[in-house]
Amino acid sequence: MVDTFVIPLLKIVIVLNATLVGVTYMVLLERKVIAWAQSRLGPMRVGPYGILQPVADAVKLMIKEDITPVRADKWLFTAAPIISMVPALIVYAVIPFGSEVSLFGRQVTLYITDINVGLLYVVSVASVGVYGIILAGYASNSKYPLLASLRASAQLISYEVAVTLTLVSVVVMAGSLSMVQIVNAQYNSHVWFVFAQPVAFVLVLIGGLAETNRAPFDLPEAEQELTGGFHTEYSGMRFALFFLAEYANMIVVSSVVTTLFLGGWLPPFPNVAAFGFLYYVPSWAWFLLKSFVFLYLFIWIRATLPRYRYDQLMNLGWKVLIPIAIANLVVTGIVRVLLL
Amino acid sequence: MQGWFSILIMIALGAGFALVSIVLSSVLGPHKPTPEKAAPYECGMPPVGNARERQSVKFYLVAMIFLLFDIEVAFLYPWAMALRDLGWNGFAQVVLFMLLLAAGYAYVWRKGVLDWGSDHA
Repeated sequence: MVDTFVIPLLKIVIVLNATLVGVTYMVLLERKVIAWAQSRLGPMRVGPYGILQPVADAVKLMIKEDITPVRADKWLFTAAPIISMVPALIVYAVIPFGSEVSLFGRQVTLYITDINVGLLYVVSVASVGVYGIILAGYASNSKYPLLASLRASAQLISYEVAVTLTLVSVVVMAGSLSMVQIVNAQYNSHVWFVFAQPVAFVLVLIGGLAETNRAPFDLPEAEQELTGGFHTEYSGMRFALFFLAEYANMIVVSSVVTTLFLGGWLPPFPNVAAFGFLYYVPSWAWFLLKSFVFLYLFIWIRATLPRYRYDQLMNLGWKVLIPIAIANLVVTGIVRVLLL
Repeated sequence: MQGWFSILIMIALGAGFALVSIVLSSVLGPHKPTPEKAAPYECGMPPVGNARERQSVKFYLVAMIFLLFDIEVAFLYPWAMALRDLGWNGFAQVVLFMLLLAAGYAYVWRKGVLDWGSDHA
């Protein structure tokens, strides 16, 4: 009873809450880091050094007027933010945050579930989020959101091909789609997959930036051309849901890249006797540390790089990333069969 | 089945969170609609025409190529899982399949479907 119902339910509630709180603080971190990059202070007023800013933002968005434009399709206009939010949250079901801990004399696994098609689940759920963006643009019935959502969906599907194609080479390496098994495969091969698959790592990182609409691929939100992008007509909590979904997706991409390429919960030099002392650090701490590095990298890139032009963006996706991904897959396959 | 049940619960909780926050904000927020506020945003000018006009055919072409490539990738996942058992035979078959697709890819590239420059608009 406790093992089948209470513990999974507790894990789900903890993960969802941690995600939502993490997302709000991610926004604060981004504002702070970008402010420092531009020699500003960032939010300073709410709480010491602005650490209560996310609470103030949440309350503010909650009590704003929620406007539905007259020409909008009312039901789709409300459904779109929900459709973008839910996939961003449910991906966390298969992400292993750590191996096992013993709590109150009970062995608890630090992941909600380990389905045998974990990676396929991540890829397919992540692509459902595109519907939220398309519907938001269509339902708004306004020119800027419609153009932005068309651009966004063309961008997302272009980079999705490159990313899913690249992930196949990770599956070839691991021989499994289960996220836990992929981490175990890195344990058994004594090396993180980032060293075995450096090309795939770079491709997934670039694709991850594009899939989350982050700079330098944030064309769907290009303020100078499209005002607010696909959520121009949104206000109040429905706008906040798009915002939360975008940042939740950033955490998803960081966690997935950490799991697939940086050994998930494993310390550096996994399964090497000389570095056994690294196992004194708990597994979840390694995972969080590595994910945080990627989140910081996302912000750093946004503060550093200018935005791509749309034709450059599509060229990069279709004419550069996809051929490299195919070549990488063929080479990986040859090496795999040779090493049988 | 245990695993999928947890995912169902997460879907319910995630959608519940989104719905509750939308309902809460509509209860807590003010309601003072004016015609200007409810009009579609066009930089402060009165909106001109309908937004749902014809769009560039480029977007449809990209969507079609995406479908082909995504189906290809869907075929590759089971192959990648079983590559250890398939050996050179299975590898050669998939490379043949990918070569056929690459021929189509080269065709759309030469036809300019992947070009988004101003001279192809």
